[in-house]
Amino acid sequence: MTLSPSHLFFWLTVLILGGPVLAGLTGVVAGAMGHVPGLQNAIPAGDVWGAVWSWPGIGRSVTLSFWTGLLAALISLASATLIMAGWSGTLSFARARHWLAPFLAVPHAAAAFGIAVLIAPSGWIARALSPWLSGWERPPDLLILGDPLGLAMVLGLIVKELPFLLLMMIAALPQAKAATSMALVTALGYGCARGWLLAVFPGIYRQIRLPVYAVLAYSMSAVDAALILGPTTPPPIAIVILRWAADPDLSLRALASAGALVQLGLVLVALVLWRLGEIAVAQLGRSLAESGQRGSGRAAEIAAATLAATSGIFLFGGFAVLALWSVAGAWHFPAFLPETLSFRVWASHGAALVETGAATLLLAFAVVALALALALGSLEAKPHRCLLTALVYLPLIVPQVTFLPGLQAASLKIGLGSGALPVGLMHLVFVLPYLLLVLADPFNALDPRYRTIAAGLGLSPARQFWRLRLPLLLTPIAGAVAVGMAVSIGQYLPTLLAGGGRLPTLTTEALALAAGGDRRVIGAYGLAQAAAALAPFALALALPRRVWRNRQGMLHG
Amino acid sequence: MAESLILKTLTISAGATPIVSVSLTAAAGEITTLMGPSGSGKSSILAAITGTVPDGLFATGEILLGGQNIATLPGWKRHIGILYQDDLLFPHLSVGGNLALGLAPGGRRTERQGRVKRALSEVGLEGLAARDPATLSGGQKARVALMRVLLSEPRALLLDEPFGTLDSELRSQIRSLVFNHAKARGLPTLLVTHDPQDAEAAGGPVIRLR
Amino acid sequence: MRLAYTLAAALAAPQASLAANPVDWPSVLSEARGQTVYWNAWGGSEATNAFIGWVGDRVEADYGVSLVHVKLSDTADAVSRVLAERAAGIDEGGAIDLIWINGANFAAMKSEGLLFGPFAENLPNWAFVDGEGKTVTTDFTVPTDGYESPWAMAQVVFMRDTADLPDAPGSAAEILDWATAHPGRFTYPQPPDFLGTTFLKQMLVDLTNDALALAAAPESDAAYEVVTAPLWAYLDALTPHLWRSGRAYPATGPAQLQLIYDNEIDLAISFSPGEATAAISNGLLPDTVRTSVLAKGTIGNASFLAIPYNANAAAGAMVVADFLLSSEAQLRAQDPAILGYGTVLDMAKLPDADRAAFDALDLGIATLSPAELGTAQPEPHPDWMTRIAADWQHRYGAGL
Repeated sequence: MTLSPSHLFFWLTVLILGGPVLAGLTGVVAGAMGHVPGLQNAIPAGDVWGAVWSWPGIGRSVTLSFWTGLLAALISLASATLIMAGWSGTLSFARARHWLAPFLAVPHAAAAFGIAVLIAPSGWIARALSPWLSGWERPPDLLILGDPLGLAMVLGLIVKELPFLLLMMIAALPQAKAATSMALVTALGYGCARGWLLAVFPGIYRQIRLPVYAVLAYSMSAVDAALILGPTTPPPIAIVILRWAADPDLSLRALASAGALVQLGLVLVALVLWRLGEIAVAQLGRSLAESGQRGSGRAAEIAAATLAATSGIFLFGGFAVLALWSVAGAWHFPAFLPETLSFRVWASHGAALVETGAATLLLAFAVVALALALALGSLEAKPHRCLLTALVYLPLIVPQVTFLPGLQAASLKIGLGSGALPVGLMHLVFVLPYLLLVLADPFNALDPRYRTIAAGLGLSPARQFWRLRLPLLLTPIAGAVAVGMAVSIGQYLPTLLAGGGRLPTLTTEALALAAGGDRRVIGAYGLAQAAAALAPFALALALPRRVWRNRQGMLHG
Repeated sequence: MAESLILKTLTISAGATPIVSVSLTAAAGEITTLMGPSGSGKSSILAAITGTVPDGLFATGEILLGGQNIATLPGWKRHIGILYQDDLLFPHLSVGGNLALGLAPGGRRTERQGRVKRALSEVGLEGLAARDPATLSGGQKARVALMRVLLSEPRALLLDEPFGTLDSELRSQIRSLVFNHAKARGLPTLLVTHDPQDAEAAGGPVIRLR
Repeated sequence: MRLAYTLAAALAAPQASLAANPVDWPSVLSEARGQTVYWNAWGGSEATNAFIGWVGDRVEADYGVSLVHVKLSDTADAVSRVLAERAAGIDEGGAIDLIWINGANFAAMKSEGLLFGPFAENLPNWAFVDGEGKTVTTDFTVPTDGYESPWAMAQVVFMRDTADLPDAPGSAAEILDWATAHPGRFTYPQPPDFLGTTFLKQMLVDLTNDALALAAAPESDAAYEVVTAPLWAYLDALTPHLWRSGRAYPATGPAQLQLIYDNEIDLAISFSPGEATAAISNGLLPDTVRTSVLAKGTIGNASFLAIPYNANAAAGAMVVADFLLSSEAQLRAQDPAILGYGTVLDMAKLPDADRAAFDALDLGIATLSPAELGTAQPEPHPDWMTRIAADWQHRYGAGL
């Protein structure tokens, strides 16, 4: 095989997906052995690990991360499955699909803030019921946010993970030959939902296994949702690691590295457990299928509708409250609506919001343009597809806190400095996998006969790409650009670490201001964050419609 | 332009297992028919000729076109035109855009437009150059697909069950149109079909695969 | 946690050579012109952010220094950055020029040799600083040695909503009595948050019979146990009556404001006497909130600015630090409508006009006058804080 430009892109992609994680992990292992970069004296490795295991509450922190991660992943997967089983193939589902994009776009932090102002004892739900029903004149002293079991945090995770899994399942439908299988089992007299679970789900699950693993790993190590909604006495292990990394006692940074390895081990154990669970469920499914029981599946449809509506209410309700707070003057408990309106926050932050927003979008666009070239180039080359698939999930499954600090040190060492370049490269590590995920299916779904015809017409591979594949894929590419920009906009830790603080984005500014706890400012920045992430989605929907307004074949199917 | 397409023990294998092996000569200006049940390897032979053998399979043997072994060339340098059951017009291009795609690069814009226009009127589709292909009828699409491949001046023509989706009246109409154009240009043409009527209408030699 | 020896071992760290020599101020000024100074400062307070923005406008106009506020959610992020840069061998041209820093972060950076200086006492406006009356040359008892320059005074006050709690509690014991009678109405930021540990220290100072012991590091484990025993007994009694029964705590100081606003709690600690007035005018606190100090007084310290050893614009950073010591900047910082921070200047050293301006300042409805604030109590030695924060984690932060 000759080395074409697309092969160059492919190997660059491999480097970008694999290199940073390996470089980062190397630094973390060194740290865990007591060699903290920059610190003048190394610390004995035994002291480091002894300190980790004797840290107050470490056992509970580990258990908490483990349990909340598994629970969030399980509920997200079960909900997504139920929604697909009860709903896919119906007309309303086809319409509802468009609503997935905004769910995906909203940064985790903004979604978590929205949920917080909704479910807190002083939140909107309590206000709606007070005092006429509850009798509460002041907020009840209830432990809802930061409950010791981490249920509020689990809720925050589900609201974001459910739409991601749904999107992955929808993408898997064609290859799983869902329509054919469904026609078959319905003819055999199975209800829709039950038939879907038995006949279609196994095929779908095989394809979304890696996304599910990514969800599990993310849920166990998420920082944003844990900071805003999670328990603090003690917090989940990811937060403990952050605290160590931020402690004035610089020697605690060694503990942060060791903690990162604990976090990584925890994720690996959970993945093994999950795999065993998969095998058990597959057994159960087979015996159910053999029993031949039929059922109506009405319950599943109702459950699906309820689940979809609930997560929708939490997300959109949360944003409604954030929007209200951003224009609230006086707003005491238990008033349902602000008593007075004030545009002080928008007036004082408006200019900064526009400026930071523009910089954020510009950075995201530059990163996505680069990532798009790499992703399309790699897909054109498509050798070693297994290698690519495995690598795509590497930055998504290895928790961010475990390799980012090591990666920052490595990027400084090779002289990348601070500012837009290192931040852009760091974002690329997380944006590229999503572009590959979103584009792989449409790319492979292109009728291979187009390629044969084009070659027969004498078009060189380059002309085939520019004249045919690129325009044919305009719609999925626009969608992928939007997803990629949303991912870039939502990055917090990578932006902060790589930029040295010199490249503020809406997300870093939002989290810095959130430290002040002013709901009005949080509301304004949360909305700005969401708007920045949603704008590309709106464009992605509108652009193909505009370009292909005279091409029916490009608008349907 | 009177070249023949000659397959010399063209063999498609999966690993060490041969799937199909064939030797034949498709003479210029003649329609050679390849028949066989599904799974007999008809499509793999066409793929070998166009240079698009799928991953996991490989082809050995020679593919001679005008005495030159084109098996070593990349697909896009072989100039093998192909028509499928589906018209496969590019949905993002206009009718004229589809046709112009096959024209060799270069030449003046007005000249290229003129050639597209003449090709359209040749098959009774005058004035449809600006149309969205999705708005054409099935018969119109099939004719555009034919003219698209002919405008690219192929050295041989492959027909992969090209009439399968057309209803019977249209089917014979399009069939004779395609056959006539292929013969008129003196193209060596290989027709793959499982329909005996197609083979009969082709009027050339028939090779049966098992 | 016995890892602090690395810090002690590094006390003899080599100091960076001075790129800009603060002794030669005119050359500092000319070097600073045209420089961009990246000031890493906590970004959680809108009032502070606006003040920093104003400082930027002023130093641009007067000195040609452009100032960029890098908003941090945690000062330790800046410390990490400098550490990572040194690890990568970036000993000049670093990303950070100026850090708003305090206490433990300063102690760590100083002992690791990560700071530029000494420079503070060479700043021209140092002449007006109240070096004798205010704790501006030690930071949590650690001598600053000119490695950081003060810019505001802070002192512990308690904010209470007078609609629910009319009479200010005057001691730790009175806080406990009130909290016991009104369960769920008091809390404090969760240690190791800066303000949370400040609350623990304040209670220790108020409860102890041995104030002298706190001025130096604990003599022995036994001494530590004896001195802190009253604090733990106090917290054991208090915790069940805290907000959320002590099973959750607000993350930061400002998070408490929201709890008062929502009428969840009625009493909270603050390290800024002017914070309540500023928060009322910004709509973050109800206007029924007032502040008070304890009968025996409260802890006070200064906020400082430090320059990393590898700063790219050390000259510009010194110009900013010097400007913050000017009467103009100090007056603005003390204005409760702007910031409400106490000044570090000595009124007796100021020209008459400047002194008159300070006298004319209206401190606002919830700010105590300097006389009411009284003399600030000294901070305990940082070792006390480190151990108390770790013990708190064991006793109250690790789950029930």
